[in-house]
Amino acid sequence: MSINIPPHLLQEIHTQGENAYPEEGAGLLLGYEKDGIRFVQSLLMLENAREDTARHNRYLITAADMLGGEKEAEQLGQSIIGIFHSHPDHPNLPSEFDREWAIPWYSYLITSVDVGQAAESKSWRLLDDRSGFFSEEIITREENSLKT
Amino acid sequence: MPILKIPTPLRPYADGQGSITAPGKNVSEVLEFTLEQYPHLKKHLLSDDQQLRPFVNVFLGEENIKELQGIETPLKEDDILLIIPSIAGG
Repeated sequence: MSINIPPHLLQEIHTQGENAYPEEGAGLLLGYEKDGIRFVQSLLMLENAREDTARHNRYLITAADMLGGEKEAEQLGQSIIGIFHSHPDHPNLPSEFDREWAIPWYSYLITSVDVGQAAESKSWRLLDDRSGFFSEEIITREENSLKT
Repeated sequence: MPILKIPTPLRPYADGQGSITAPGKNVSEVLEFTLEQYPHLKKHLLSDDQQLRPFVNVFLGEENIKELQGIETPLKEDDILLIIPSIAGG
């Protein structure tokens, strides 16, 4: 399984993580899935709705924001295919808290931000039995280059 | 009968259905019917103590049922419920 994120969108995700530092930034990945590959077409940057004192290691996207995201995706002819968030000064591995709250099927793109600089992103999906995550390959090509 | 809309991530656990027509006079009865029909949804909607997981939100139109009468919120025949997750992590 893999997810394609055009380089300019991955850069936007990294910039958001750097701007949110030392707090966690988050948002939605919009796009579609075809033949087992997910294609990110646009991003929805969202406010981290957690209280001030928790935003350095927690993020929250409210149900109201998700409802808004669903509507925006529908207007664009896209779907919410995943969530991105940053890990300030922490590896880009899902935490136990991530697992407890994870929704199946969605791609969870985590970017490590070290001392204010975005380092690397990895993408994960929840196992069907909710026991953990498995990683999915990230492809970074502009969508036009994928069309035949 | 009321309709329960299933978000994309949960459709694989509901035989691919995007919406389920479910008999019920309130939210609780609609959820009960749905989980009887699609038991694979349970592990993602309910915690071990059989309560709705904290990230599971049910909306009646634009309103979260938490702001109404919770799972006892009464429903009309043509009401549409949406399951909307909130997303959290760390």
